[in-house]
Amino acid sequence: MLTKRIIPCLDVKEGRVVKGIQFLSLRDAGDPVELARMYDEQGADELVFLDISASHEGRKTMVHVVEEVASELAIPFTVGGGINSLEDMRRILRAGADKVSLNTAALLNPELITEGAEYFGSQCIVVAIDAKWDESIGTWRVYTHGGRKPVDKEAIAWAKEAVERGAGEILLTSMDSDGEKQGFNVALTKAISEAVSVPVIASGGAGRAGDFTEIFIAGKADAALAASIFHYKETSVAEVKAHLKKEGVNVR
Amino acid sequence: MIGIIDYGMGNLFSVSKALERLNVPYIISDKKEELKHADGLILPGVGAFRDAMKLLSETGLDQFLHEEVIAGKPLLGICLGMQLLFEESEENGFFKGLGLLEGRVVHFSGIDQDGQTYKVPHMGWNRLTFHQPSPLVDGLKEEHVYFVHSYHVTGETSDELVASTDYFGQVPAVVGKDKIFGMQFHPEKSGDLGMSLLENYIRFVKNLEVTA
Repeated sequence: MLTKRIIPCLDVKEGRVVKGIQFLSLRDAGDPVELARMYDEQGADELVFLDISASHEGRKTMVHVVEEVASELAIPFTVGGGINSLEDMRRILRAGADKVSLNTAALLNPELITEGAEYFGSQCIVVAIDAKWDESIGTWRVYTHGGRKPVDKEAIAWAKEAVERGAGEILLTSMDSDGEKQGFNVALTKAISEAVSVPVIASGGAGRAGDFTEIFIAGKADAALAASIFHYKETSVAEVKAHLKKEGVNVR
Repeated sequence: MIGIIDYGMGNLFSVSKALERLNVPYIISDKKEELKHADGLILPGVGAFRDAMKLLSETGLDQFLHEEVIAGKPLLGICLGMQLLFEESEENGFFKGLGLLEGRVVHFSGIDQDGQTYKVPHMGWNRLTFHQPSPLVDGLKEEHVYFVHSYHVTGETSDELVASTDYFGQVPAVVGKDKIFGMQFHPEKSGDLGMSLLENYIRFVKNLEVTA
């Protein structure tokens, strides 16, 4: 039986790992390759690197980070952030990443999902969706630019469209939960997971090991992603997995 | 020396880095003259079956692989590279494969026996079950490896099936016949067991050299 995946996420800026609290203030949390190795040893199933570099230099640094991680580790990883073209995808995948994650670029140019899927295969193309509850429309709305700009799209409809266009996986971040450490957004994750045929990674809100059990069972997530609780050693991947096993969730 | 076949599709970097971690000399090439000198071949592959076969036939590498296999050279196909070893695939229509192994490649239906939908691609860590002895699984324990695929092999012969996994039915994971092998998952991304499987293939190639 397929296991549920625990995915630490590393936000990388100019080659260093940082993590935002609700996408605003940033704290420095270390070297990406060191952290990646630590997570691999703890039993992480995959890693996500989000490149939040603003500069061209920073982006070039990211390619080296990808190469180094691929050289040293035998687990799969995804790279997102600043991927706007087939050429960007090619550069990151050739450097050894297994998947690329598209967010704002996919919303601005949905054709990019299809092109990427046709060229590299759907399994390489993750579409990242930042969603926030919107009372005025009575559902979750999509945001871009790290959660700063609202878009005229409902999250569920966008997830379906992304999959129809060739996305092989959805990385779903709840803006309402992110950084709050009060648990993942079960309602949002369940709604998206039931709406699409591809795996869904839940993100945003992990505060303790029990939150993972809830998102897998009640939220129907296929994988769960967290950053700060792992980076600041509030819990470990091993501890989360031990907890999941005890609760009867199938993990590696 | 291992020859990694570069026909324009596949995560060559990761495979080559895995070989470096195992201290195995290798070349990455699309040239038959160079690949001819390799003691064993690896056919990687990520992407669509049709595109991969087209590239292999345009470069004449399909013919080359047949010749090398007949001459007794070991070959390991990884992921799409494994699927290419079989007779045909229904991915984007019907396309002939290399036909080195018996069986065909079909899409996961996405609907289980009870009519419930399930997620496709089959993505993540899943446990292997071994079916018969093979140089590839020699000395190894049944553990998890990392899968990511929407198509799978079916109709393989029982003597070809070395290991399978369970994803709404039995899914061939490691296949092997004579000196032709395939792995549906990515050994270079599958932790310690993945690296051991790759190492076993390398050992198999080396042992042939010694006895040759």
